Amino acid sequence: MLSCRHIMTMSDLDADDIISILDTADSFSEVNERRIKKLPTLRGRTVVNLFLEPSTRTRTSFELAAKRLSADAINFSASASATVKGESLRDTARTLSAMACDLVIVRHRYAGAPHMLAECMDAHIINGGDGIHEHPTQALLDLFTMRRTLGRLEGLTVGIIGDIAHSRVAGSLVPALRTVGATPVVIGPPTLMPARPDVLGADVAYSLDEALPTLDVAYMLRVQFERADAMPFPSNREYARLYGMNASRMASAKPEMIVMHPGPMNRGVEISADVADSPRSVVLDQVNAGVAVRMAVMYLLLGGEDSGAAA
Amino acid sequence: MAYRVKAQVMDAAAIERALTRIAHEILEANHGCAGLALAGIVTRGSVMASRLAERIKSIEGAEVPVGTVDISFYRDDVATHVSPEVHRTDIPFDVDGRTVVLVDDVLFTGRTIRAAMDAVMDYGRPDSIQLAVLVDRGHRELPIRADYVGKNVPTSRRERVKVSFVETDGRDAVEICETDGGTEA
Repeated sequence: MLSCRHIMTMSDLDADDIISILDTADSFSEVNERRIKKLPTLRGRTVVNLFLEPSTRTRTSFELAAKRLSADAINFSASASATVKGESLRDTARTLSAMACDLVIVRHRYAGAPHMLAECMDAHIINGGDGIHEHPTQALLDLFTMRRTLGRLEGLTVGIIGDIAHSRVAGSLVPALRTVGATPVVIGPPTLMPARPDVLGADVAYSLDEALPTLDVAYMLRVQFERADAMPFPSNREYARLYGMNASRMASAKPEMIVMHPGPMNRGVEISADVADSPRSVVLDQVNAGVAVRMAVMYLLLGGEDSGAAA
Repeated sequence: MAYRVKAQVMDAAAIERALTRIAHEILEANHGCAGLALAGIVTRGSVMASRLAERIKSIEGAEVPVGTVDISFYRDDVATHVSPEVHRTDIPFDVDGRTVVLVDDVLFTGRTIRAAMDAVMDYGRPDSIQLAVLVDRGHRELPIRADYVGKNVPTSRRERVKVSFVETDGRDAVEICETDGGTEA
């Protein structure tokens, strides 16, 4: 059981919740290696993917997770839903509520949209990414991948490199790492740092080369060309030279340091192709972990609803 | 809910003898151990399965593959119950065409066994599934029976049968406990 009803931000989860999710995901990852990748656990439950912002991997991952648990998964996308006809988020929520769905995963371009949904419906809510705020299941699958690859979380130094100001991945990963006893270090050019990076609760560095030798994990954030109003750096080449991960940089890192990326990658910008395809890149392990971690979150939220009565 | 030990029904020696007998019975019924595999239900079923495999090896001189089944995701009460600790299911053998002996410490309502059979079936199509338990305490809620039983122990529903193994609890014993109040779920 988790200590919360919804997963909106990482601050909803305490260290016990996180460890319980990772341990449960460990069991589910075994299911994903079977020939028949299906469990009867959430039979008869309805899961709605309300993705009002484009997404392929997160939506597919949630959909697969729901289906592998035998829940009925329904997808609402921005272009196909009534939102293009002008329906408000509140009305969409009430409509879904009237259809008696049990869990809604919401992605929205505005921060706080999941909170608003939770206020007007009975279903459990998982934040699938809200604006530049948070993306908690991404942070959970990242922790899962780190623990699997490096064998521990406590004491790890994790560099999060790139667009800190606009990254919901960083927004969830920084508090998640702190909760489990790891040290986050945010690294990026000043133009991509928030106004007050000190309040993030992470160490702050502006030079990747200086911070690199201390890192156990280099987490490369995607350069979000679609979010930046004006180019925050002079050229892609300059960004790649100062903040991109490449083979020569890997040579000055710890030999066991792993490279992560939430995808989709801009090859040649934040990560070079040879690093992305090297054995020290765990990008595909992250994708693989995504399904198991989302199965765990669904199981722990939807299972044992009125627990306490039964032993 | 608190429990009070009412009576010990098996001691270490009795458990030893029962397991040895069950190992012999499994071999007798299946004409040896070709095509045989054991699958223990976590936690104490796994311990019992490993012990049975050791005995089968000393009798027959052959290794029988042993797997572990966690039934948390197959329970029929997921809506009201989340297992506090979920273990990995580990079936390190090909289930297709094998005789799989499910092993558990206590047979009660039969619901755990129903779930475990579903779990095994998700790995393939066994030739047959058999069931070995250390204690059959009655009160079945499903049409399920054990093929190999260590001891039949008549109980009331309010009682609890507590099996301890050296590997998990530091000692070997089967005890009947009584609840101080409330009903056993």
